Amino acid sequence: MSSTDRYIPDRLQSPLQRRLKSWETLLLAVAVAIFTFNAFASPYFLNAWNLSDATFNFTEKAMIAFAMALLIIAGEIDLSVASIVALASTAMGAAAQVGASPATLVMIGLTVGVICGAFNGLLVTAMGLPSIVVTIGTMSLFRGISYIVLGDTSYGGYPAGFKFFGQGYVWWVFSFELALFAVLAILFGVLLHLTNFGRAVYAVGNNPVAALFSGIRVNRVKFILFLLTGLMAGVASVCLTSRLGSTRPSIGFGMELEVVTMVVLGGVNILGGSGTIPGVVIAAFVMGLVTFGLGLLNVPGIVMSILIGALLIGVIALPRLWGMWRG
Amino acid sequence: MIRRYLQSREAILSAAILVLIAVIALRFPAFITPANLANVFNDTSPLMILAIGQMIVILTKCIDLSVAANLALTGMVVSLLNIAAPDLPLAVTLLVAVSLGAVLGMFNGILVWKLNIPPIVVTLGTMTIYRGIIFLISKGKWVNAHEMSAPFKALPRHVFLGFPVLSWIALAVILIAIVVMTRTTLGRAFYAVGGNPHAAVYTGLNVGRTQFWAFTISGALAGLTGYLWVSRYAVAYVDIAGGFELDVVAACVIGGISIAGGVGTVGGAVLGALFLGVIKNALPVINISPFWQLAISGAAILIAVVLNSRANRTRGRIILKQTEPVA
Amino acid sequence: MQPQPSAAAPVAILALDAVTKEFPGVRALSEVSLSLYPGQVTALIGENGAGKSTVVKVLTGIYQPDGGRILVDGRPVRFANAQAAAAQGITAIHQETVLFDELTVAENIFLGHAPRGRFGLIDTAAMIARSRDILTGIEAEIDPTTRLRDLSIASKHLVAIARALSVDARVVIMDEPTAALSHKEIHELYALVDKLKAQGKAILFISHKFDEIFRIADRYAVFRDGQFVGEGAMSDVTQGALVQMMVGRSVDQIFPARRHNPGKEVLKVVGYDHPTEFADINFSLRRGEILGFYGLIGAGRSEVMQALYGITKPSKGAVRIDGDVRIIRSPADAVAHGIVYVPEDRGRQGAITALPIYQNVTLPSLGRTSRHGFLRLAQEFALAREYTARLDLRAASLETAVGNLSGGNQQKVVIAKWLATQPRVIILDEPTKGIDIGSKAAVHEFMAELAAEGLAVIMVSSEIPEVLGMSDRVIVMREGRIVDELQGAALTPETLVRRAAGIGDME
Repeated sequence: MSSTDRYIPDRLQSPLQRRLKSWETLLLAVAVAIFTFNAFASPYFLNAWNLSDATFNFTEKAMIAFAMALLIIAGEIDLSVASIVALASTAMGAAAQVGASPATLVMIGLTVGVICGAFNGLLVTAMGLPSIVVTIGTMSLFRGISYIVLGDTSYGGYPAGFKFFGQGYVWWVFSFELALFAVLAILFGVLLHLTNFGRAVYAVGNNPVAALFSGIRVNRVKFILFLLTGLMAGVASVCLTSRLGSTRPSIGFGMELEVVTMVVLGGVNILGGSGTIPGVVIAAFVMGLVTFGLGLLNVPGIVMSILIGALLIGVIALPRLWGMWRG
Repeated sequence: MIRRYLQSREAILSAAILVLIAVIALRFPAFITPANLANVFNDTSPLMILAIGQMIVILTKCIDLSVAANLALTGMVVSLLNIAAPDLPLAVTLLVAVSLGAVLGMFNGILVWKLNIPPIVVTLGTMTIYRGIIFLISKGKWVNAHEMSAPFKALPRHVFLGFPVLSWIALAVILIAIVVMTRTTLGRAFYAVGGNPHAAVYTGLNVGRTQFWAFTISGALAGLTGYLWVSRYAVAYVDIAGGFELDVVAACVIGGISIAGGVGTVGGAVLGALFLGVIKNALPVINISPFWQLAISGAAILIAVVLNSRANRTRGRIILKQTEPVA
Repeated sequence: MQPQPSAAAPVAILALDAVTKEFPGVRALSEVSLSLYPGQVTALIGENGAGKSTVVKVLTGIYQPDGGRILVDGRPVRFANAQAAAAQGITAIHQETVLFDELTVAENIFLGHAPRGRFGLIDTAAMIARSRDILTGIEAEIDPTTRLRDLSIASKHLVAIARALSVDARVVIMDEPTAALSHKEIHELYALVDKLKAQGKAILFISHKFDEIFRIADRYAVFRDGQFVGEGAMSDVTQGALVQMMVGRSVDQIFPARRHNPGKEVLKVVGYDHPTEFADINFSLRRGEILGFYGLIGAGRSEVMQALYGITKPSKGAVRIDGDVRIIRSPADAVAHGIVYVPEDRGRQGAITALPIYQNVTLPSLGRTSRHGFLRLAQEFALAREYTARLDLRAASLETAVGNLSGGNQQKVVIAKWLATQPRVIILDEPTKGIDIGSKAAVHEFMAELAAEGLAVIMVSSEIPEVLGMSDRVIVMREGRIVDELQGAALTPETLVRRAAGIGDME
């Protein structure tokens, strides 16, 4: 075969052009619109401390959402994250009762998270079970253990040094949680978008069979992602427990739905294969801003949940309706 | 026929429930008095009705997480209706409950069928929307017993031929569901669409439309349960039956309904619900804190899904013909 | 060359007139014609990819033609969906059994047209009774109340046949009906076909097995590359003439000239056994060699290759690479040992169609293009460009999603992906299935080039000219076993067909 001089360009569009047309841009526009609307609607909105307080609405959920985004891109899901938060918090509470140091508490919280994640991961990868069923089961199991331990009582009495993770400020209005959120956003963004592992996550999520045939250790990738999700639930548990200063078995109840909503709103395909971390970051801000802004206007939380639910369906339905309408 | 039944999932589950009851009875004979068993059945009625609806949805490869919210919304609507028009015949109330539930289910179904949005996203969204709407129409207030008319509250508790009407309704739903699933074209279509969507197209079935009807049925049953729930407990507020959708899914998984679609029976769903019902009712009797219930049902889900996957291991395509002489 | 039906022939029950069907990048059918007459069995003959399955889907309403007409009793009709075709009395027994495991045998037979009783409910008793009648009629001893999942594959096939008979069919299409049947069951099927013929039904019979076609068919129609080649009465044709029509061209015209010059042995497979798929597989492969694997569909060739590649586990046997015993537990192991596999099912197993070309190409080679686990896009693009250019890939840019390419170009991406890993052994499973002629030639030429460079190539193929034109040696498999190894003068189309189908073994 004579070698041809046909040249295939790497890209047809510049990265900038593509970015302008992306989901993330649309979402960013929504975020800006909500921000502007809020700024006009309430005189209390444009206050650095108020805005700083508002970030607590989403930082803990977003930490889990980063790992969940990777897991969903890889074609799996973990509905047990809120229960992992509860179980980790319960373990930390029990340790705090016998006088564990803040460092020990953090270690315990993270370890419980990793163990729970490993348990989910093993059931899904080693036994080949569907993750949605497995994690609905562990969702009851993990929180159930918290209920067995605590019943209708609660743990309090966390050491003073432990308060920093949920209540401390790094600099001026920037809380420790917000700083951690930023660091984790960058770490997960790098992991997903700039490493071989991230590429494998996309490959597995798009077509697990072809990924396996391409020499990717599919089950190993999935197991690591369950571990990471468990770990991040542990991290969120440390922050939430520290912020609340007490542990009830109902801690973080229903959080998994908000995490999944955040991920899907961020443009991650619930069926796997596509999505970005910047999208999830913007979605976190959108959800935080909506909640905070409406809160300032004295709109009750439950009504905000209508908006969140409508947003979740709307962001997927509108482009499809648009496509149908245009033929 | 009998031998085949003995090897079925339903038989194994029935045996598990009987063993469970027997073990409890060894220590606490009062548990197996007919009156108490009838009470367990009555208590489990809402779960059984919802599990049947959920089963149909899961058969078609979908999931309906909005059932509990649908129940709560319909319950609130009929309660407010009862306040506004206390003399409205109960038949009309029931009709409103079932129709409203069906409409809410159809909304899910339309989004899944026409816009092709993944069912988990759709119902996650409508779940929060429906709950939010309850708040809007009730302005966050409770509807209490004294506001409801006497006949409205009496129906589920009314004793007819020795059993409460609630039990009779559950029984009727079970029987109708068995007839629909085994003796109608639609019932068989649910199995076909979930079991082998590709082949269903060859048979001339419309997959999306069949899924739409599954959501409609699930919604109608949730609506029916909505009335029964608020009248039985004589109270309606935003959070009734909160998290109950997970119990419903759990009952289905325990009942051997495969989340992958196409596998499951009405009997399985009912037995799965009864299994959870027996545990819930037995815990106080045997002096175990009710806080154990969640962990036990979580463990039951995991055990059930592991056992089911073992039973469903597919056999390989057999090429070698051992019995024939090899040339 | 174009035998016309005799003037006395009755009107065709069902006919295609210059029907065309296109898919993105491929013209599956190009103005084909086909006529089915009452009381006659027409054999549809062609290689894989000739368009036979597409014809079945057009006839049964699954696909709508892009051009041409479908005629029923001489009148043009349109089938909007599968039910519209069924309403005209057209029924098909498909290659993959399209049945439902969780339903009973009777429900499978009557799904969509069950007898109704009171209140419009399905009359289960009548359904079971009628199922029993139909099953008895085809001498299948199957209880209609059994759930389908509890049946063997052969029994499932009989249920599919019973389903086809449960409607008042005028046209019965059988797509490779004997592929999963045993010797005895095949003879029962012949009797059944004779019975249907006697009832005046028109039968379209698709098969690769020539003995079968000559036993049962009255007429034949030959397709090649989506085009109609010819038709006529079976009594007027010989096996050789049919093979000639199927293949259609003299073999060395389009295949690259090659010199057989094998080097050192790289791969040796000894005593490979799998509990259900294959047994007693022994072969060796040398550098610079192209080893063909020929056999009918379901002979176990792909299963052997997938075991070799670590997808399925054999129960016994050893693999030696350069003389050392290697344990391969996963594709990742195989790739590490220099064995790569281009699967038959491109869309499902080969390419990740939603991802861009360059990401597909570099996926198994990321270790080389990255540093400390971090991607380096410039290196990735360079590697992807190098290998796609070698294969003469045609695409708008390397960022194009693979799914937007034609079948032939998708295959080039998959092959480029594996070459970029610099393998020692490349296994190509049906490498040119469903791709256009131009890409076919490019793939063939490239295979020859690879072998000349010293790569060891295994080619699994069901296309006789490809096997003959490309292979240095050919291993023939049948029913999970190696039945022959052919080389040189012994390598003829007739021997291949005979050995693969087992003709001449049964006496």
